Amino acid sequence: MTGEDVASLAREFLAAHDPGDRLEFLRARFDAGLAWVHFPKGLGGLGAPRELQQVVERELAGTPQLDTGVQGIGLGMAAPTILAFGTEEQKKRFLRPLWTGEEIWCQLFSEPGAGSDLATLGTRAVRDGDEWVVDGQKVWTSGAHHARWAILVARTDPDVPKHRGMTYFVCDMHAPGVEVRPLRQITGEAEFNEVFLTGVRLGDDLRLGEIGDGWRVAQMTLMNERVAIGGAPVRRGGGMVGVVAETWRSRPELRTHDLHQRLLRLWVESEVTRLAGARLREQLSVGQPGPEGSGMKLSFASLNQALSGLDVELRGEEGLEYDDWSFRRSDSVDFFGRGAGYRYLRAKGNSIEGGTSEILRNIVAERVLGLPSEPRVDKDVPWKDLPR
Amino acid sequence: MTLLYTEVEEELRASVRDLLADRCGFDAVLKRVESDTPYDMELWKTLGREIGVAGLLVPEEYGGAGASAREAAVVLEELGRAVAPVPFLTSAVLATKALLEVGEEDLIQELASGETTAALVVPLAASPYRPLRETVTVGEDGTLSGEVRGVAGADVADVLLVPVGSALYRVEAEHARIEVVPSLDLTRPVATVAFSGARGEVLGHFERRKVLAFGAGLLASEQLGVAEWCLETTLAYIKERHQFARPIGSFQAIKHRMADLWLDVVRARAAARNAADLLAAPSDHLAPSGASGAAGADAELAAAVAGSWCSEVALHVAEESVQLHGGIGMTWEHPVHLYLKRAKASEIALGAPGAHREAVAELADLPAPA
Ligand SMILES: Cc1cc2nc3c(=O)[nH]c(=O)nc-3n(C[C@H](O)[C@H](O)[C@H](O)COP(=O)(O)OP(=O)(O)OC[C@H]3O[C@@H](n4cnc5c(N)ncnc54)[C@H](O)[C@@H]3O)c2cc1C
Repeated sequence: MTGEDVASLAREFLAAHDPGDRLEFLRARFDAGLAWVHFPKGLGGLGAPRELQQVVERELAGTPQLDTGVQGIGLGMAAPTILAFGTEEQKKRFLRPLWTGEEIWCQLFSEPGAGSDLATLGTRAVRDGDEWVVDGQKVWTSGAHHARWAILVARTDPDVPKHRGMTYFVCDMHAPGVEVRPLRQITGEAEFNEVFLTGVRLGDDLRLGEIGDGWRVAQMTLMNERVAIGGAPVRRGGGMVGVVAETWRSRPELRTHDLHQRLLRLWVESEVTRLAGARLREQLSVGQPGPEGSGMKLSFASLNQALSGLDVELRGEEGLEYDDWSFRRSDSVDFFGRGAGYRYLRAKGNSIEGGTSEILRNIVAERVLGLPSEPRVDKDVPWKDLPR
Repeated sequence: MTLLYTEVEEELRASVRDLLADRCGFDAVLKRVESDTPYDMELWKTLGREIGVAGLLVPEEYGGAGASAREAAVVLEELGRAVAPVPFLTSAVLATKALLEVGEEDLIQELASGETTAALVVPLAASPYRPLRETVTVGEDGTLSGEVRGVAGADVADVLLVPVGSALYRVEAEHARIEVVPSLDLTRPVATVAFSGARGEVLGHFERRKVLAFGAGLLASEQLGVAEWCLETTLAYIKERHQFARPIGSFQAIKHRMADLWLDVVRARAAARNAADLLAAPSDHLAPSGASGAAGADAELAAAVAGSWCSEVALHVAEESVQLHGGIGMTWEHPVHLYLKRAKASEIALGAPGAHREAVAELADLPAPA
């Protein structure tokens, strides 16, 4: 399939469907295989190379778009995992409403005692006939307050070393025993939550992948997460640097020589990072993201932090103000919106969420550069005997 | 456009790399830089004759390979990896580009064949973005007098291309006094070129900004090659070297630095490829100082971005490489010093990083304070 084929499919589709009805339009777009062209036919795709997606986006610009601020976890993490490990029924059931945004997803991975060391997690899932009974606590769960479904990793065998005893599930967020409590963030609002799981019953048909294979399935999610955060194509001068450049251009009275030097450095770094992302996408146009994606997420985090900090400083007196501290649940995740102070504070999360920058450096060092891991004390110890 | 390498480019790389592996190992290079003929002109002739690198940028009708900046960039990566002492950048890139801009037809054919070597008589540290210092003048009889310091590749050139005012002059090398000075970069030493009443022939208009920015955009690929060698060599060393009963590469303090260096090099590769690709556009690839088409401005911006990023990355990786090698990195016997010297000298070459960033300010509309 060529770019021309895809473009003409998109044009035919547009001619035959009314973009006026947002939901119907998106559903039809999914059914036409124009949701994510690299997915198989019947699951929103055409089995075409990944890079042809941009052809579709070009043709369908100006039609109803997805709300990536709330759908991010579904699109970026749950979908590729379901595609890789789901049964045919699971793919048919979940992917369409996930893509159209009729069903929002969240990620129940982190726990109070298991963050960077995700594999120590202790939320238990115990088999009971055709069902699993889940008990435990998750934390930092972004968007759980919107979610219909969650991707969940739980411990199913405490007697084997930690990496081996986990299983991956789809969790029904409307099931009895799921309780979502907002957690207020440094920005004032609550984008993330704590989620308490008490006797939650999940059918075995909600298991994703084999029993005990949860770590491998979770790796697929995490690799995709690192590409999802910071891997999106931007135009030259776009993203956070675009936001700051806008202030710079429109407010000549704020300019100083020191800020100018720093802005230029960051502009150049943003540009080379953008180019590296484009180059990586060219390499990945077939196949799954590898550990190289971690590099992009690292740069994205440090650039966003430096640029948003510069923006506050540049604004001077105005930088002392803040748009809104009220404690409310966020509508969506937006790194580039609201005021400069909000962007500065929100960017602090970029080097923590989706794997901290320290962990990402470990991943690059070990999996890309092949450097030895630090000596480990937890590799062959059954999970239940680990110190915590 | 692609930021990856094409098959043809990979083949070109393989043949250059093979030849360099054979003829340009560290011991040979070190011995040569200690001698009074630091450039390896035998190797240069072989690169020209067997692989045709001298005429890469020259159109086929003038006996060249009719290739582009993309292929020249690949050759530069390999020459950088080997810190090969050959005048490719000075003759086949800078002098050739100056002649192509002038529309010269005879000399360019000689250069393409690899039998004649030329040098552009500007300081290697000249910035594309500022007028050159006027140190050579034309007398009433039309002869050239004066001197230019810090010129690379002049001592092995047969023909000198000398900018005077906005004109480009041709002077035979034997009519100049060329004195190599002890140089920071042992594998690309610089010389003082002096004229006293030298006969010169006007070739045409010297497109300073275009030629030097083209050179800077391609130098980024050589810097990438330097950075890659340093990263790979350091990586191999820290996997081997044991202290405290562990490979030193298993200590997180070192791993994290390596991860950051790797990321810098990944981005250097993207920046260098992007510059080469945009500089390869068929014609008018660089805006004549100031205004021009969007494509020209894009290429100039890409060259400035690559120039500033790759200069700093090559230097940083070379410096880290010395540090992570410990004592051995401080020795004359270990190759890394040649790379550090090349990296530091090329940081200044054809516009220091800050000069390129000033150009970015202009090209990306990020004006300086009033
Ligand atoms: C805004 C935001 C949104 C999030 N959303 C979600 C979500 O939707 N779902 C979800 O499951 N999780 C989510 N997270 C959680 C996130 O994945 C974790 O916070 C993260 O993995 C770090 O875990 P931790 O908070 O327990 O910190 P810790 O793991 O305790 O880390 C503390 C510090 O120690 C460092 N550290 C830890 N181990 C090492 C090591 N081996 N080497 C060097 N340094 C180390 C870390 O880098 C960090 O600086 C979110 C986090 C944030 C900030």
